[in-house]
Amino acid sequence: MDRDATAAKIAALIEPFNKKGIAITDATTFAGDLEFDSLTVMDFVAAIEDEFDIIISMNQQAEIETYGQLVDAVVKLQG
Amino acid sequence: MTDLFSKFDPLIEQRRALLATGVTDPFNLTMERVVSPTVAVCNGRETILLGTYNYMGMTFDPDVIEAGKQALDDFGSGTTGSRVLNGTYAGHRAVEEALKEFYAMDHAMVFSTGYQANLGIISTIAGKGDYIVLDIDSHASIWDGCKMGDAEVVPFKHNDIEAMEKRLKRIPEGAGKLVVLEGVYSMLGDIAPLKEMIRVAKDNGAMVLVDEAHSMGFIGPNGRGVAEDQGVLDQVDFVIGTFSKSVGTVGGFCVSNHPKFEIMRLVCRPYVFTASLPPSVVATAATSVRKLMHAGNKRAHLWENSRTLHKGLRDKGFELGTKEPQSAIIAVIMPDLERGAMMWEALLREGLYVNLARPPATPAGMTLLRCSLCAEHSAEQVQTILGMFERAGKAVGIIA
Repeated sequence: MDRDATAAKIAALIEPFNKKGIAITDATTFAGDLEFDSLTVMDFVAAIEDEFDIIISMNQQAEIETYGQLVDAVVKLQG
Repeated sequence: MTDLFSKFDPLIEQRRALLATGVTDPFNLTMERVVSPTVAVCNGRETILLGTYNYMGMTFDPDVIEAGKQALDDFGSGTTGSRVLNGTYAGHRAVEEALKEFYAMDHAMVFSTGYQANLGIISTIAGKGDYIVLDIDSHASIWDGCKMGDAEVVPFKHNDIEAMEKRLKRIPEGAGKLVVLEGVYSMLGDIAPLKEMIRVAKDNGAMVLVDEAHSMGFIGPNGRGVAEDQGVLDQVDFVIGTFSKSVGTVGGFCVSNHPKFEIMRLVCRPYVFTASLPPSVVATAATSVRKLMHAGNKRAHLWENSRTLHKGLRDKGFELGTKEPQSAIIAVIMPDLERGAMMWEALLREGLYVNLARPPATPAGMTLLRCSLCAEHSAEQVQTILGMFERAGKAVGIIA
């Protein structure tokens, strides 16, 4: 799956977690802009893992701060 | 200069705001005198202890105390050394023998605390390129063990067998896998479906570590824990336990049937690079572990206490962490931290100590009043406790 198609799927998945309806760009941060707490992160990561059939370990999550980094990571993890 | 403490400002402010309401600091209580496993003097008044994890009430057992005194006389106050240098005394061997018998397992390794047992075993056995799959509600010592090691860490939703299975199946072919579970989860007092989870773990080629800190001594036919109770202890590769709950002193351990287990003593840094437990501590632990092998009546009474308290609190209208009593922990759910602290203080004024638990230790941001029962609580004390909860709950407005 290319970056655009992956990004489109992630955009649909993040919607229920984007409670404040923030406009999301590649620079949007999960902790700062979206105010995700640890439980939201777990549920959101689980939704992405299930959709793409991948694992995003906590070690990898630590490197992902922005929406753009997440899309890049998911593209890469799909191999 | 950047003040390295500025990162703690939000917590300092939360604490200041809480104490400004006039409530007693719930995280700074002093036990001025301890009368028995169930009674202490706090703020000058006699207080029933309902938040100590002293499940089997072994802290004042005469045989346990005598063993400790004898060891102080015979071996001195401390070992001043690592287990692998000058810190292994006859008592350390003896308590490891007691644990091997207690669990009917081939190997036992004693650490200076339960925290270090998880920290040491998890960080050492799961290395670079390996995967640790663990429950999201795992204890801090498990998370810290993961953080200290180099393995990939993959959490799954609490007690969710399917979520665990999906993650195991996605792990790359050939990678080492460790599944980490707990028998009893200490915040809500709920147990894990170990039978199903361990089957799934084994089907997917994983080794299994189960922390039985909150079940030792009273769950399972021989008090070996939830895995024994569900008939799957023989499938568990590593059991982690502690001396600071049912055993009634301090220390941690791992028991295992792994044929190469003894090498852990040389490669596990939290075992090697710290002083071993004092002789009096291992002597009290060994005596207590052996007595726990024959504690059927005490176990039965502890379960009676747990059922009575659970039903009594539920009938009075309190919201509890589990529908049925699953362990000796009963968690009472509070609406928020402020009212939780008020209720905690009202109970203390009544003469009852419970644990106030709050995020990040608790799941889902909950504030809990965590009650842990003791086999030495009398039936009358449990009724007294229920009366205290009723009066405090009405005064604070938690129940109608």
